[in-house]
Amino acid sequence: MSDVAERVRKIVIEHLGVDADKVTDDANFIEDLGADSLDTVELVMAFEEEFGVEIPDDAAESIVTVGDAIRFLDKATAS
Amino acid sequence: MFDLSGKTALVTGASGDIGGAIAKALHGRGVSVAISGTRKAALTSLAETLRDRVHILPCDLANVAAVESLVPEAEAALGTLDILVNNAGLTRDNLSLRMKDEEWDLVLAVNLSAAFRLARAALKGMARRRFGRIIGITSVVGVIGNPGQSNYAASKAGMIGMTKSLAAEVATRGITVNCVAPGLIESAMTQRLDEKQRAWLLAKVAMGRFGTSEEVAAAVIYLASAEASYVTGQTLHVNGGMAMI
Ligand SMILES: NC(=O)c1ccc[n+]([C@@H]2O[C@H](COP(=O)([O-])OP(=O)(O)OC[C@H]3O[C@@H](n4cnc5c(N)ncnc54)[C@H](OP(=O)(O)O)[C@@H]3O)[C@@H](O)[C@H]2O)c1
Repeated sequence: MSDVAERVRKIVIEHLGVDADKVTDDANFIEDLGADSLDTVELVMAFEEEFGVEIPDDAAESIVTVGDAIRFLDKATAS
Repeated sequence: MFDLSGKTALVTGASGDIGGAIAKALHGRGVSVAISGTRKAALTSLAETLRDRVHILPCDLANVAAVESLVPEAEAALGTLDILVNNAGLTRDNLSLRMKDEEWDLVLAVNLSAAFRLARAALKGMARRRFGRIIGITSVVGVIGNPGQSNYAASKAGMIGMTKSLAAEVATRGITVNCVAPGLIESAMTQRLDEKQRAWLLAKVAMGRFGTSEEVAAAVIYLASAEASYVTGQTLHVNGGMAMI
């Protein structure tokens, strides 16, 4: 598992208080992990803080699964 | 009841009469307070009365950059921010036909936009800690209107609508957002009224007297307390029966 993936999972587990084995790449924050709309905003803010990047609103809207977040942050931190 | 010891608060407009009374009342219940305003001398003298658990954070709320840095400064001084009291406010009265854009813009900027920006900044930490109290000092005028105050009334009504929306957004996070709406309170703001205006306004108050800053502060203490944990999105009117709404 990449370092980015590990850090993303850690944030999701901590913030949503869910079991680690539920936090798979295709887990949808709202449908599978019980997040509400405020949680998704808070997660994006937590990602921004952890990785020191800015996630614009339209990008944030397209991040709906754990894998989406990992892919976005992999790219954002590589550049 | 109403014990707030160990909590932290930022009070804007603490250099004024109502804000000063709010800061004193919170401090008296055990709160560490950050007091803000533009007049440093007034803030310093308030800090001297409170002595401990007090931080002076001057800020001109008409300056967006200064507004953006106020909550981070308060969090740095206090450790966390549990209670935000958006109390600062000003008037630039004029009949609407004669009102200048600058008068409209300044009142909206200080009374409403700054309150929003401070709330937005404070909510981050509050949501993370699952606790917070945001209290806005609006006005009876925001609900009933007043000739010569279209800008002020709009800013105060705006604060009430904003409060309801914020309250709904963060209700599941242990954060409550409410307003206190004073009526006629003895303060620098109402001392600017002439005798005729005072008499005319006073005639509308069922109790026949001005309220005190302490009577407004008591409502803030209630909304900040654990006892008010199920109260959110509300406006608590403190107006001696001037308007029963
Ligand atoms: N008095 C009443 O009858 C009454 C009735 C209803 C609602 N209210 C509301 O109660 C609140 C407090 O008013 P008050 O009666 O205590 O009046 P006040 O004594 O004139 O206090 C107003 C406060 O707002 C601050 N303020 C104004 N412009 C500011 C700016 N650009 N940047 C930062 N701070 C600014 C002032 O700080 P500096 O002086 O340091 O600049 C002062 O501390 C206001 O929101 C007012 O609308 C009052």
